[in-house]
Amino acid sequence: MLGRFLDSDVFYSFRRNPLAVGSAIVLACILIGSVFSPWLAPTNPFDLASLNVMDSFNPPAFMPDGARANLLGTDEQGRDVLSSIMYGTRVSLFVGVLAVAFAITLGVTVGLVAGYLGGFVESVLMRITDVQLSFPSILIALLVDGIARAVLPRELHNELELYVLIFAIGISGWPQFARTVRGSTMVERGKEYVMAARVIGIGSARIMFSHILPNVLGPVLVIATLSLGQAILAEATLSFLGVGLPPTEPSLGTLIRIGQNFLLSGEWWVTIFPGVALALMVLAINLLGDWLRDALNPRLR
Amino acid sequence: MALLDVVDLVVEFPTRRGVLRALDGVSLSIDPGEVLGVVGESGAGKSLTGAAIIGLLEPPGRVASGQILLNGERIDTKTQEQMRPLRGKQIGAIFQDPLTTLNPLYSIGRQLVETMQTHMKLSDRDAQARAIKWLEDVGIPAAAQRIGAYPHQFSGGMRQRVVIALALCAEPKLVIADEPTTALDVSIQAQIITLLKRLTREHGTSVMLITHDMGVIAETADRVAVMYAGRLAEIGPVAEVVKHPAHPYTEGLMGSIPSLTHRVERLRQIDGSMPRLTAIPTGCAFNPRCDKVFDRCRTDRPGLLPSGQTQAACWLYAMEAANG
Amino acid sequence: MAEDIVLLADQVSRYFDVSRPWLQRTLAREPKQLLRAVDGISFRVARGSTLSLVGESGCGKSTVARLAVGLYTPSGGEIRFEGENISAARAQPDLRRRMNMIFQDPYASLNPRWRVRDIVAEPIRAFKLLSSNADINARVGALLTQVGLAPADGDKFPHEFSGGQRQRISIARALSSEPEFLVCDEPTSALDVSVQAQILNLMKDLQQRLGLTYLFISHNLSVVRHMSDRLGVMYLGRIVEIGPAGEIFANPRHPYTKLLLDAIPDLDMVGRARTPVGGEVPSPINPPPGCPFHPRCPLANARCKTEKPQVLRLDTVEVACHAAEEGRTTA
Repeated sequence: MLGRFLDSDVFYSFRRNPLAVGSAIVLACILIGSVFSPWLAPTNPFDLASLNVMDSFNPPAFMPDGARANLLGTDEQGRDVLSSIMYGTRVSLFVGVLAVAFAITLGVTVGLVAGYLGGFVESVLMRITDVQLSFPSILIALLVDGIARAVLPRELHNELELYVLIFAIGISGWPQFARTVRGSTMVERGKEYVMAARVIGIGSARIMFSHILPNVLGPVLVIATLSLGQAILAEATLSFLGVGLPPTEPSLGTLIRIGQNFLLSGEWWVTIFPGVALALMVLAINLLGDWLRDALNPRLR
Repeated sequence: MALLDVVDLVVEFPTRRGVLRALDGVSLSIDPGEVLGVVGESGAGKSLTGAAIIGLLEPPGRVASGQILLNGERIDTKTQEQMRPLRGKQIGAIFQDPLTTLNPLYSIGRQLVETMQTHMKLSDRDAQARAIKWLEDVGIPAAAQRIGAYPHQFSGGMRQRVVIALALCAEPKLVIADEPTTALDVSIQAQIITLLKRLTREHGTSVMLITHDMGVIAETADRVAVMYAGRLAEIGPVAEVVKHPAHPYTEGLMGSIPSLTHRVERLRQIDGSMPRLTAIPTGCAFNPRCDKVFDRCRTDRPGLLPSGQTQAACWLYAMEAANG
Repeated sequence: MAEDIVLLADQVSRYFDVSRPWLQRTLAREPKQLLRAVDGISFRVARGSTLSLVGESGCGKSTVARLAVGLYTPSGGEIRFEGENISAARAQPDLRRRMNMIFQDPYASLNPRWRVRDIVAEPIRAFKLLSSNADINARVGALLTQVGLAPADGDKFPHEFSGGQRQRISIARALSSEPEFLVCDEPTSALDVSVQAQILNLMKDLQQRLGLTYLFISHNLSVVRHMSDRLGVMYLGRIVEIGPAGEIFANPRHPYTKLLLDAIPDLDMVGRARTPVGGEVPSPINPPPGCPFHPRCPLANARCKTEKPQVLRLDTVEVACHAAEEGRTTA
């Protein structure tokens, strides 16, 4: 199967596109750095015992009076910024990927059911989708998060914050999948292979998930890639606003928020580097998504 | 002198797997006032031939070698800018789908007038009058009232009639008709074919009729060219090719078509299928499927050889020619 | 002579509501618009034979194909499969297994993401005819061989095959549940002529070998001539003439049948001149009153414009035509 992929038109288009290859390399580095951060990071910034307050606000290594050990400097508690970024990216990616996975599961199912069954079911589902699409997704995420905060007792909330966040971002992102999948499903529904299955009596559920689903996943892949960028940014925004992850388990957004206080007092590296890391990651994801959309578009081939 | 001369036309498509030869040395000619049918199955290259002649090959396809001459003048080397005045005025085109040929946003009258005024010096009033006359000629009822109507307000058959009017209104010498009746019902097909025949005879227009429907060719064309895998298999007067096909492929083709008049138990079938452009056999392209194949067919590619009143690209006739 | 009838259609109709949404319609005070795709047709298919239904676009033949296999329920009349009402028949897996369908478009009728093996095996699995994967694969291999492909082709995907080969795969799939009755909806219309010959020969061979019954839908009279024992000509949702194929071709009685036969460009008539009948098929939403063919019929009289013709039996053929009834046709 790997052989088939390497030989395919999609991979050929990838090889020839320097932006796509570049983005993939950047993303790969980020991924490896973040997933394997416990082993790769210079220090563990959240091990309180290893922190030395004397180390605080060390400038980055490449600056004239920078500390050799800290490539990107340290923050107000002496935590190494580079390590914080690596750990933080890990959290951001975790939230982002799971949120998108949740959004896909929900959105694709709704789209399939609405597109295949049509009629009243479709009307109801699509109206719900449309209503939700008329709200900014950040607002929805804020709303869900706020409800959870109000409903759950404080300790439980802190423990589950990660999963509440994943749920909130996922819930805000499913409509775009539902819309696309519904359209593709309606096209596939009219094709004769579906009729062939109905003739022998295959039930609707099987037709939807065995027959139609594999054929509508193409655009989903493209949207998923771009959606990942959006989810990571959404999480960063929420954390930046203070309603996301706490400083004890910070994501990039939290890091940016914390460092913001020191931006104008001279220790700019505490907030700028996490910001750059976030921007780079989302940019790479978006560029890859753009390439993927063009590569999978049959008309441009 | 022939109106159109195609000499050894080669059309290639560069792809990442190498260069594909879609047309490999096609030669044919059309005399003034003649209807030449170009028949073949999917992938044989007949539409490509038409597209190459009119200069509408889709990039990256290009004419790699050979010549196309209209009235003795080479047109394959012209740029798109130079080809534009030719299209419509010298060469008209009728394509398969009238829905996409006609611009849905303009009335049919306006499209006719615009075409005529682009190629001929006409006042608005004259162009309008001519447009109405053309619509009447192609059989649109109440033409004077319907001239302001839009394409979607007509049925399929009526639209194709408008397309024919559009193709002929600038009085071209040659019309390339690519599957003009395939999308239409059988009874409408008959009407359109009759119309096309009548109008082209009246105006002395030559027609290159491209289709996969041998029956349409039999009824409409003077001569017919049979294409296979980007090459010409046989060319000759239509009655000869239909009744006494020389090339084994043509013979098989004629036998595969079920006849209305007599019923057979089994249709004559040619096993296998037309080779893909990436896998054309050496020698004669038809040799793996031919029941009359012999050694030379597998190694040497035959050119068009005379066989009775037709010409066939088949080594069977080399021996005949040698035997005198 | 009691014929063994596999499929019987009795005054079957199928209407589609194509009215605009209720709100717009009420505001504009428009009546409901009904598309009469099929309007009271009757036919029967005898075991082991082929009945063809032929007609142009809008005549309702595709709707009949779906009615025959139970994908649509009739708005009026009844369809009986093996003696039982078709809805009841389809509810029983045992009866449902005995019917299947072959489609027109070789590119849309096979799921592009499934391997050929799974496509052909789907009916076997659906009806639980075999249980072990080894048995199923063996049967798929045998079916592929039967339609002229190789067992190894089961591993491939549909896009690796040509149109004719895909149609063979479709046939293999249709045969895998061991049906007795096949509805063939324009199975060769999308194929080249030489490929069509192969598929038609194959279908005839299979019919002889397996004792299959075909309902063959087509717009191509030459193909129909080759394949059918009996033939029904459809126009705007009605059957205008039905009977033994040879008889209808030799001696067409309905003016529309004559028009169709005349319209076909045949190889034997090189350079023939003809005057085809004018006009086009009207919309099935608002068919003309009386006999729907009267606007185009050279033999139409006042009665044709107001009164719908009843089906009349002339020898072995049934015709719905006033002119035929009044002896005005030259047959």
